[in-house]
Amino acid sequence: MRRIGDEAMILPALFFYLFAAICVASAVMVIASRNPVHSVLFLILAFVNAAGLFVLLGAEFLAWILIIVYVGAVAVLFLFVVMMLDVDFAELRQGFLNYLPVGGLIGGILLFELVFVVAAWTIAPDVHSAIASPMPPANSVSNTQALGLVLYTRYVYFFETAGVILLVAMIGAIVMTLHHKPNVRRQNIAAQVARTRASAIDVVKVKSGQGLS
Amino acid sequence: MIGLGHYLSVAAILFTLGIFGIFLNRKNVIVILMSIELILLSVNVNLVAFSSFLGDIVGQVYALIVLTVAAAEAAIGLAILVAFYRNRGSIAVEDINLMKG
Repeated sequence: MRRIGDEAMILPALFFYLFAAICVASAVMVIASRNPVHSVLFLILAFVNAAGLFVLLGAEFLAWILIIVYVGAVAVLFLFVVMMLDVDFAELRQGFLNYLPVGGLIGGILLFELVFVVAAWTIAPDVHSAIASPMPPANSVSNTQALGLVLYTRYVYFFETAGVILLVAMIGAIVMTLHHKPNVRRQNIAAQVARTRASAIDVVKVKSGQGLS
Repeated sequence: MIGLGHYLSVAAILFTLGIFGIFLNRKNVIVILMSIELILLSVNVNLVAFSSFLGDIVGQVYALIVLTVAAAEAAIGLAILVAFYRNRGSIAVEDINLMKG
């Protein structure tokens, strides 16, 4: 006989494995697919599934930010650049198999170490005394509100620094990619405004019967 | 029941795939940038998982900052890529050996 509690335990596990499997599979396809456009689309799929994992963890705000910022902005930026550059991507993939052994070795060592860490960790017993700002209970305050309560008060300088970083990135990207083509006639407003009567008009006295020069 | 270890495993696999992608696609800068995005995503999964299981919201604040920096990094990286392509007509990593444009 199954109770409602059983399903409440099973469904999150089911969704966790679904999201995690699709996320890892699409991450594999990001680095393995031949066409960079497919890579970007698989990156979008990986981000969407990571957002699903965030929802399962109770971080709804970050899940939405991941969808809006990454899928909506960063991935589209990648897609735009991939389509704008006229590059022979098949040529760029040469040597893929040459790097497979060393890449596999490094990746294997790293995965081994990380699995070691995951398998052998314990949470320190006094960790609960080190919590900086405890999460309010979910039934009274939503995740977005809880995040805003600390982000705009205790961590407001970090928030403002993040804004400055984005501003610097925006200006830097514009400065690097903006370029003026030569041989294009543009309106020079400063020169137009600086024109005076003396510089624009030349008054010539013409003697009658002789004409100009 | 899904515990903290499950999420840490997913993040570890994603991180390794990101490193692997950098090594495998050593000629294609765009895929390298996407691998870096994967690495930062795995870091964010770690931060949010710890934040959720330890009941500390600061992890999510930190994940938000990491997200911001990752977005700025992607924008700057792609801008450098476009400027480089305009100068050289290629984006192969092997051709990138001069600081001067």
